[in-house]
Amino acid sequence: MNRLITAFAAILLLTLLSGCGYNSMQANEEAVSAAWGNVESSYQRRADLIPNLVEVVKGYATHEAETLKAVTEARAKVGSMQVSKDVLNNPENMKKFQQAQGELSGSLSRLMVVVEKYPDLKANQNFLDLQKQLEGTENRINVARERYNKTVQIFNTSIRTFPNSMTNSLFLHLQRKEPFKADDAAKVAPKVKF
Amino acid sequence: MLFSLPLMALDAPQLAGRINDQAGMLTPETKQRLEHKLEAFERETSNQIAVLTIPSLQGDDIDPFSIRVAEAWKLGQKGKDNGVLLVLAQAERKVRIEVGMGLQGVLPDITAGKIIRETMRPHLKSGNFNQGITVAVDSIIAATKGEFKGSGEPTPKHAAKKSSSSFITFFIIAAVTAAVLGYFSRYLGGAAGAVGLPLASFIAFPGMGLFTLFLLAAAGLIGGFLLSMLVSGILGGSGWGGGFYGGGLGGGFYGGGGSSGSGGDSFSGGGGDFDGGGSSDDY
Repeated sequence: MNRLITAFAAILLLTLLSGCGYNSMQANEEAVSAAWGNVESSYQRRADLIPNLVEVVKGYATHEAETLKAVTEARAKVGSMQVSKDVLNNPENMKKFQQAQGELSGSLSRLMVVVEKYPDLKANQNFLDLQKQLEGTENRINVARERYNKTVQIFNTSIRTFPNSMTNSLFLHLQRKEPFKADDAAKVAPKVKF
Repeated sequence: MLFSLPLMALDAPQLAGRINDQAGMLTPETKQRLEHKLEAFERETSNQIAVLTIPSLQGDDIDPFSIRVAEAWKLGQKGKDNGVLLVLAQAERKVRIEVGMGLQGVLPDITAGKIIRETMRPHLKSGNFNQGITVAVDSIIAATKGEFKGSGEPTPKHAAKKSSSSFITFFIIAAVTAAVLGYFSRYLGGAAGAVGLPLASFIAFPGMGLFTLFLLAAAGLIGGFLLSMLVSGILGGSGWGGGFYGGGLGGGFYGGGGSSGSGGDSFSGGGGDFDGGGSSDDY
């Protein structure tokens, strides 16, 4: 019996020596921040393309002032949002962030539907280039979000499992991070009025 | 182009050379010519360009599929991220150029889009895939020529990630086993070390030579003995009789033995990273 206890003590000692996740949890959190940085910069990239896009479309699509206005306003809303790091911990702020970006996505896809009516615009070199850039940016956003969600999963798992959960509640007090959920706007098809 | 989950996700195929013509769209002569061209380009610039044609996306989208392939193949050198992947989906008539992060300065989305639209598409539309893919490769080479310099040698296989952290895990497991067994018997402890240390090293660094493993077994034997001495000493086990004394464990072999030589001509990704940049189109 004595031997068993001491053998168990030896195993426990050696496990504790491996740090109980103190370092790995912090490294995982840093990975989440880095991934979030990529998400933010890819969304920013998209926002930066909008003014040029609106200018080019305006020249051809003379009757689409409303659609263009919606895009410009959605972009302004995204730009005015104060996104601090606590978005990652706070589900409410994350939801607001996602919603604002989702509205911009929605207004952009409505614009692209409207553009179909203007063959001259669709043949315009500037417009084609901007469209390519926009597609590239949307893809980057998707990739960045997927990667961010993966780092969040790794981090959230690492703070919940034993013995890391003990280290966290005693020393680090790291909070669960919020992943991206599927966009609500994606479920609603844009309505086009002729 | 909203964030959407694919209905089905097609798995990335295995990398089987620079030209992976799974849809059979290219003639053998074209494939050979392109392979040579791209191999020479890699020696010159260290950029890694690969081509993949697939018969069908099977419900997946070409954008998420391409990035998945690029992430699996890891084209481009680690740190430089100078890989480019050209994907063609035959049934859906879709093409994509996926550009690694390091080459997006000289091959941005617009340029990739232009290469597809202006140089590739006319040939692809008329079914002339050999010509279409060749001009695309030539354009990509021309665009990315000056950015990086190669060493003139074929690039080495990129080292397995996490080999050091998995070694530490297995080493700890081996040490714990040796310590526990060693409490009961010094010889068991030694045996555990003799088996555990080479096993841990072999799992973490596959391809170790037999001689290296033998040396590790000897070190493990000594280490296991010493560890069991330490454990008995600390925990005050009932006397097991005289023997060796000495502190310390057999040192950790973090450097690891050299790996056995890798195959000469096989092409493998250099560990480069992608972020979703590039361009897709129909043809």
